[in-house]
Amino acid sequence: VVADIISTVEFNHTGELLATGDKGGRVVIFQREQEVSGEGWRVLQLSKNQVHRRGEYNVYSTFQSHEPEFDYLKSLEIEEKINKIRWLPQQNAAYFLLSTNDKTVKLWKVSERDKRPEGYNLKDEEGRLRDPATITTLRVPVLRPMDLMVEATPRRVFANAHTYHINSISVNSDYETYMSADDLRINLWNFEITNQSFNIVDIKPANMEELTEVITAAEFHPHHCNTFVYSSSKGTIRLCDMRASALCDRHTKFFEEPEDPSNRSFFSEIISSISDVKFSHSGRYIMTRDYLTVKVWDLNMENRPIETYQVHDYLRSKLCSLYENDCIFDKFECVWNGSDSVIMTGSYNNFFRMFDRNTKRDVTLEASRENSKPRAILKPRKVCVGGKRRKDEISVDSLDFSKKILHTAWHPSENIIAVAATNNLYIFQDKVN
Amino acid sequence: LAGGPGCNVCYGLVEDTQEKEGILPERAEEAKLKAKYPSLGQKPGGSDFLMKRLQKGVWGIISYPLSLDVLLCVDKIEGETSYFDSGDYNMAKAKMKNKQLPSAGPDKNLVTGDHIPTPQDLPQRKSSLVTSKLAGGQVE
Repeated sequence: VVADIISTVEFNHTGELLATGDKGGRVVIFQREQEVSGEGWRVLQLSKNQVHRRGEYNVYSTFQSHEPEFDYLKSLEIEEKINKIRWLPQQNAAYFLLSTNDKTVKLWKVSERDKRPEGYNLKDEEGRLRDPATITTLRVPVLRPMDLMVEATPRRVFANAHTYHINSISVNSDYETYMSADDLRINLWNFEITNQSFNIVDIKPANMEELTEVITAAEFHPHHCNTFVYSSSKGTIRLCDMRASALCDRHTKFFEEPEDPSNRSFFSEIISSISDVKFSHSGRYIMTRDYLTVKVWDLNMENRPIETYQVHDYLRSKLCSLYENDCIFDKFECVWNGSDSVIMTGSYNNFFRMFDRNTKRDVTLEASRENSKPRAILKPRKVCVGGKRRKDEISVDSLDFSKKILHTAWHPSENIIAVAATNNLYIFQDKVN
Repeated sequence: LAGGPGCNVCYGLVEDTQEKEGILPERAEEAKLKAKYPSLGQKPGGSDFLMKRLQKGVWGIISYPLSLDVLLCVDKIEGETSYFDSGDYNMAKAKMKNKQLPSAGPDKNLVTGDHIPTPQDLPQRKSSLVTSKLAGGQVE
């Protein structure tokens, strides 16, 4: 079912909750049960019927976040697909998250209810009004325990601020503001105010014929509430400081790797388009994902990345067909682990890759039911590019390009990862004693 | 796309083979693409994609189901006349009936063009088309 395709995955700040958004506009939140320990990368099969086991994630809440809309004035169909979910840090008993489709950002409150008042005077237990004439005594309603109910309510709707399609949202470290970015503009919002937002970046040219690049992703610095970055379709990243001016059209830093002109081809610009940008937890580095590589940049060095990792370089000889089937425009995300020592990103054939920045070792794993039984250890995979295919290797020509892992998430402090493979969610845990 | 010292760059076997021939894999792929689509624009994968990206979700006017009154559009074939819309058609019919121009009074047949219609005079409006294509919002 198309509506079930997962379009975003995000852990909250403690890792206790995991939210997924799908193409049908629904959000499903999973909650982790009690702690557990083990060893090796094991598979935790996700199923609603599963007996609750410690350390595993179970469905906590599910709700319809966005509905499809049609803008009649512009003849524009607005998809309900959830593009991004971002959690707010927890400040009270309730959980708050932002979810966005192409045009509208919503703040959702997810709260638990495990008590309910009983013994009303004016209505009976079913809620029907009592005939006042029959009321002869007064009683004080008391709170009685009830089965846990988790409710999600929309608390704010931030609409009508984006002409183009929203690709990113990012909660600021001040926890009072957040930004939303579309193809040409970035807006700054205050959580309390829905009818106004500040435009902080606008790259729309006066003449659309002169359009050469669009904004592809944006994120606030994890600690400095005045700093944010945004990436472009030309493979560049700009860092902006909001203290410099109200409109941050002039960047503070500009990150671009010089291209060897002799390497240029028709595909150069398309494959250099950055599909995701993420600050490291330390705030010192940014990671970018373009079609074939993941790069780590030091904020102090703008002229080239400090590390480049090849995700699936064998696709270089397939660019023609990847262009024809539109796969070349797939937007892969990338994530850091909690200590910024390992980075992860997805690929095709339900493969995903992890790169250890310290040991320089990398591994390719597969997220699929056929190849992993629950509690089994994931076997590393290998793609063979030459003629001689070893047993257990997959040849480039037999890769399934419809099975793409675009969205992954890493627990903020533990080695637990969530991998979205089309309409299946896999959660893997590295159980280390 | 080379990296600096200490970075993990591995090109694999493909490039080795291609490099022997002196052709970058991308260039070979580009040649393949241009052979298939000779009209492919000269701008290297630039603005066309951007404009398409910005236009995502926009319905062309043709496919937007509008609700209109009866719209007559008869193609001009030899000897036949074409009409712009139902009003035009009615006008022409009236003229053909030898100038039976409507008086200021209500005439239910001819309300277009010759006098200012009142709501009672207007023919029953067709009800709006159900925008069923858009109901689900999921057009693949």
